[in-house]
Amino acid sequence: MDYLNQSIDSLHEQLVNKEITSEELTKETLQRIHSKEDKLNAFVTINDDATKDAAKVDADGIKGRLSGIPIAVKDNILTKGMLTTASSKILSNFMPIYSATVFEKLNQAGAINLGKTNLDEFAMGSSTETSYYGTSHNAWDHTKVPGGSSGGSATTVATGDAIAALGTDTGGSIRQPSSFNGIFGIKPTYGRVSRWGVVAFSSSLDEVGVMSKRVEDSAEVLQTIAGHDDHDATTSEREVTDWRANLNKDMHGIKIAVPKEFWHEGTDPKVLKTIDEALDTYKKLGATVEEISLPTLKHAVEVYYVIASSEASSNLQRYDGVRYGYRAKDVKNIKQLFVNSRSEGFGDEVKRRIMLGTFALSAGAYDAYFKKAAQVRTIFINELNDVLSKYDLIAGPVTTSTAFGIGEKIDDPLAMYMNDILTIPANLAGLPAASVPAGLADGMPVGLQLMAKQFDEQSIFNAAYALQEENKFYQQIPTALKEED
Amino acid sequence: MNFETTIGLEVHVELKTNSKMFSPSPVAYGAEPNSNTNVIDFGFPGTLPSVNKGGYRLGVMVALALNANIEQHTHFDRKNYFYPDNPKAFQLTQHEKPLGHDGWLEIEVDGQKKKIGIEELHVEEDAGKNTHIGGSSFVDLNRQGTPLVEIVSKADMHSPEEAYAYLEKLRQIVQFTGASDVKMEEGSMRVDTNISITPVGSDKLGTKVELKNLNSFNHVRTGLAYEEKRQAAILKQGGEIGQETRRFDEKTGETFLMRVKSGADDYRYFPEPDLPSFEIDPAWVKEIQADLPEPAENRRARYINELGIPEYDAGVLTDTKEMSDFFDEAVKYDANPKLISNWLMGEVNGYLNDKKVGLLDTKLTPEHLAKMINLISDGTISSKIAKKVFKETISNGTEPETWVKDKGLVQESDPAVLKPMIIDVLDNNQQSIDDFKNGKDRAVGFLVGQIMKQTHGQANPKVVNKILMEELNSR
Amino acid sequence: MISKDEVLHVAELANLKFKDDEIDGFVSQLDKIVTIASNLSTVDTEGIEPTYHMGDTKTVFRPDKGIHTQTREEMLENVPETQDNLIKVPTIVDKEDDE
Ligand SMILES: [Mg+2]
Ligand SMILES: [Zn+2]
Repeated sequence: MDYLNQSIDSLHEQLVNKEITSEELTKETLQRIHSKEDKLNAFVTINDDATKDAAKVDADGIKGRLSGIPIAVKDNILTKGMLTTASSKILSNFMPIYSATVFEKLNQAGAINLGKTNLDEFAMGSSTETSYYGTSHNAWDHTKVPGGSSGGSATTVATGDAIAALGTDTGGSIRQPSSFNGIFGIKPTYGRVSRWGVVAFSSSLDEVGVMSKRVEDSAEVLQTIAGHDDHDATTSEREVTDWRANLNKDMHGIKIAVPKEFWHEGTDPKVLKTIDEALDTYKKLGATVEEISLPTLKHAVEVYYVIASSEASSNLQRYDGVRYGYRAKDVKNIKQLFVNSRSEGFGDEVKRRIMLGTFALSAGAYDAYFKKAAQVRTIFINELNDVLSKYDLIAGPVTTSTAFGIGEKIDDPLAMYMNDILTIPANLAGLPAASVPAGLADGMPVGLQLMAKQFDEQSIFNAAYALQEENKFYQQIPTALKEED
Repeated sequence: MNFETTIGLEVHVELKTNSKMFSPSPVAYGAEPNSNTNVIDFGFPGTLPSVNKGGYRLGVMVALALNANIEQHTHFDRKNYFYPDNPKAFQLTQHEKPLGHDGWLEIEVDGQKKKIGIEELHVEEDAGKNTHIGGSSFVDLNRQGTPLVEIVSKADMHSPEEAYAYLEKLRQIVQFTGASDVKMEEGSMRVDTNISITPVGSDKLGTKVELKNLNSFNHVRTGLAYEEKRQAAILKQGGEIGQETRRFDEKTGETFLMRVKSGADDYRYFPEPDLPSFEIDPAWVKEIQADLPEPAENRRARYINELGIPEYDAGVLTDTKEMSDFFDEAVKYDANPKLISNWLMGEVNGYLNDKKVGLLDTKLTPEHLAKMINLISDGTISSKIAKKVFKETISNGTEPETWVKDKGLVQESDPAVLKPMIIDVLDNNQQSIDDFKNGKDRAVGFLVGQIMKQTHGQANPKVVNKILMEELNSR
Repeated sequence: MISKDEVLHVAELANLKFKDDEIDGFVSQLDKIVTIASNLSTVDTEGIEPTYHMGDTKTVFRPDKGIHTQTREEMLENVPETQDNLIKVPTIVDKEDDE
């Protein structure tokens, strides 16, 4: 079985009607993943025990909608008893003794863990190329990057190997790979989903989200993992609504703001054309689309890289070779242990960010960089909230281009950073945001980005669902997959 | 050339909580290595802090006891540095907005009273412990995360004696809040000092020298006095004081160079993003203020003015909170306060010193002590028997009244019982009566002894004396 | 401009080291990134509160209850080297206690 023509709904029905067992489903899924893994490198760890877990769920009886459904998990989400590496050498031997809250919740819902998907090392990157385990490959064109950092999750969903996957998004790490692979991916509001047990990159920006081919499947998984958690003091007490049951594709009266800065010269005109067509669809469906301005967007990349790197530099100090993870050999004293373990254990991109962040927080630089960035962040948040006080959604492209070639940008970190300009705003302001498949440009997928007010994931799901029901993009089979079959 | 000394103190005090400051691990002194740890204490990937309300409350309590203002808008900060006992490589503390600021306490040195300012107080987490054997070091993370309150004085002290008095006073005040044991031996109170000297009249502050490894208040006093002399000698010779950290050597009473400070340490403090900002509810602070145990100062005044305890005794009773609490509790059982005080300062303290235990380590209860004292006062037992009773009740927690009755130790005070016995003794000792009549007072002692012998020491000596004299005079 | 010396100082703070043939490349990369970040200075932030905390929560306390969530054996599972239930590390040269 592949998931190209399935939804969680249809699978659930087959499981309940005993047309298929979770064990069979999981077994076939694992076979499929294994058969493509050489070409895709989507996983760091494939969970071959998943069939046993599935058999147990079968024995206990199918209950909720996720019960017996195999799902892939990004490898920066802790899974008790299963390696969690964050795609870093420094955690290559790390065996978690506790699980992330999101993973616990999936378990409780009866979902089956297919394995741990590849990512950029510590989620720092936009291509999966910084992974210690090598790059993953785009589902549509294996010579291209799947995007990042949740590249493995995006690829495995796009090829129809997993119905859904968990990802994390700090500056676009769910939306950008979703866009590159032609799937739906949502980063919820900051504080919607617990970060307990998620390997931290940047604490004030990180958020766990979901990727799937269909909007309603992401809604289902997201509402399962969302909600307050005593372990994470930044999670909201707000009730999680049943986004899936409340899906409403009626776009009449919906006001969409389009930031003119998103249509900048650096963006591929073919991408913009696809986005314009999607916006036309919304107009046709009864929404109003108006141009607005986000003047501070031009500083968003600066704000993001200073804040994300500063927090990361501190969050990644714990990897010192003392208590877990990689420990350097042949060291004479503790200082050498720290320096060698870290220098041998981290890749270049992670080191670059640690260096930038350590610099931005250091005496003499703090006010001009870290504090300044935090102030400009305030200005930018106010700008976004001001727009969202008048509009239901902000829309635009997710990325400035479709997926680029493997190796094309990896030697130019700045070009790579600039890539994130359109996805960063939602993280800086803690807004929910998604990438919705809008169409193809030169045969590669283009994602439409939707942002909404804090805690208004429903508006995003609704609009995404409306577009999905118009373009039925989920029916498209990735080119590379067609060629193989 | 004369010099003026300026001293500032930073004191870390462990707060008495059930759990750690940012993790629910239990707090216990002397547990098996790494047994009171969890994934947060080990700084595992994916872990997040959660703030212990009890720890914060005790921090506020100490701040209030030190007359500090409580900060309403606050947050936690990360202090970044690498060390094996510091698992996250950052310590959670309050750098920018400490929980309390601008407090003070009053010291008395040579009869002079003086206020010493407290710059700020903040809560933070303690580090683990490292030990060193051979070419290796070993890390125990049990202590990691234990709540601390750091109390930073203003540089208001000008002599080692003032620093000593400050510490004594601080220890007493904190101890009376019940927030900490404040025991330097167990590390629940730790002191770092800064000292600088400058020629009298100079408006420039001298170079600060940091002094560490001070394991008792005496070491603080001795170490600071040594520094005063050392620095003065250098300045007199036209030398310069280096900005350095020095260590106190317990054996020689001297200080020695630990490291020269090359500029400020760069801890890259920034607000902890994994915790929200905090708004401290003024109503909660009021509640804590209301819960604040009565400070030593007030208790002392109350003992003197309301209970008629001599000044010196009142001072001894308020030396520790446990002693003072014990006294207050005992007074509630209607025993004479002065007698309770005498017993606490005498027999009880003697017992504690003898056995090298604390008051709360014994089985003595305020109720039992008060009852025993009342048994003496109302003549039920003699003070000689009382010593037996005391030993029993402090060792075994025995209830004095029943024990005295069960053991037949009740003093005989009934004249109807005693009189026939006395007459009997007199009838058999004509010689003594004669001696008495001839002015030999010694005879009375002999007769009392005989009567005591007959009653197995349980006759009330006062009553015996009274009847005996009446009888003797009537013969 | 960020100098090589500054980069080496930052590396020292971060407990990272770079090979001699890497360091110049790193300095110029970091310099470019820092130069771009310096554009922030053009934004007027007079009187603007910095945003350090996200989420809609404030003042989240946990009740003071001590609980064991992991066993010591679990805690020590990932430790590269242990002795008598302690974490064994190479000697700490600078034995100064700092907190
Ligand atoms: Mg501190
Ligand atoms: Zn401290």
